[in-house]
Amino acid sequence: GSCGRRAYAPPGERKRFYQNVSISQGEGGFEINLDHRKLKTPQAKLFTVPSEALAIAVATEWDSQKDTIKFYTMHLTTLCNTALDNPTQRNKTQLIRAAVKFLETDTLCYRVDEPPALAELQKNEWDPVVAWAEQRYNVTIGSSTSILGPNIPASTKETFVSHLASYNMWALQGIEFVITQLKSLILSMGLIDRHITVEKAVLLSRLEEEYQIRRWGNVEWAHDYDLCELRARTAAGTLFVHLCSESSTVKHKLLQD
Amino acid sequence: MAALGAPVCTLRALLRELRHAGGRRYRDSPAYRHVLAAFRAHRVTSEKLCRAQQELHFQAATYLCLLRSVREHEALHREYHGKGERSPEEVAGLVGFRLPRQPGGKG
Repeated sequence: GSCGRRAYAPPGERKRFYQNVSISQGEGGFEINLDHRKLKTPQAKLFTVPSEALAIAVATEWDSQKDTIKFYTMHLTTLCNTALDNPTQRNKTQLIRAAVKFLETDTLCYRVDEPPALAELQKNEWDPVVAWAEQRYNVTIGSSTSILGPNIPASTKETFVSHLASYNMWALQGIEFVITQLKSLILSMGLIDRHITVEKAVLLSRLEEEYQIRRWGNVEWAHDYDLCELRARTAAGTLFVHLCSESSTVKHKLLQD
Repeated sequence: MAALGAPVCTLRALLRELRHAGGRRYRDSPAYRHVLAAFRAHRVTSEKLCRAQQELHFQAATYLCLLRSVREHEALHREYHGKGERSPEEVAGLVGFRLPRQPGGKG
């Protein structure tokens, strides 16, 4: 019933309509119950996840909501919905192609000539991560100050295509999500491979912004707002990928593509 | 492997975030119990970690980052995007007007 405090919830939010959140195991995997109702996806499919740990984290998102449900903070739920509904209707090959295509415009590969301080910062912060990726995957990537960016060899792209093919569809949705957030395939692989933390990846992704802010000052709250949001999304994506790739999870029917 | 600091610090901070996100009975929440159980099972408290322990530690640090960032983002959102509904008088006041007062109670 109504409690009279607010006439309506702000757009993008909805009043919390459930008391208890619980998890149950069904045929397809783990389900989320809001009181006696089973959670559904935006396309009205039954919300089922292949990993118990992921279900627990999703349940926690729902249980953390206070008066109103703030959907914009529920990143894991959103990622699961995307994996279940596949609204962009992409298959595995298309997802992988989209992910690897990002290498051509990878943040870490586009360098400035000036100002010298920024060029130096990019060199010091980004070179080591590019070097790590080149060594780890035995590829050539390089970087460039040209407006066209670096010339990525076809063999490099093939290596990443082949590597990403080893991930299941759910994990791939997560990987592609992280790549679009960070605007970098290299940083995303750094995260997936646990070479760098989320905080570091986000910082490196926003290197130029951070540099400009330090030089020119900022509207403080706007900067922190963007930073927190990017961290939250990147952390959610990374966690999602790892929870969907664990060997105990991979055995699950839902992930067999 | 990313530089993460001491596992016990990550665990403490993560449990703190879960306490903040949960209600009075946070200790009974599935997340709280799962995190504690995972750390106990892998004995992730010592300095030297095997691969499985490292993976768990990274996962915990990532989850900590998620919870913390969501909390901070939401606080900023509330502070700067949603001061709550304003009355018509307040809205008028924002742009320098005062609402007219009419006999009979309108306005």
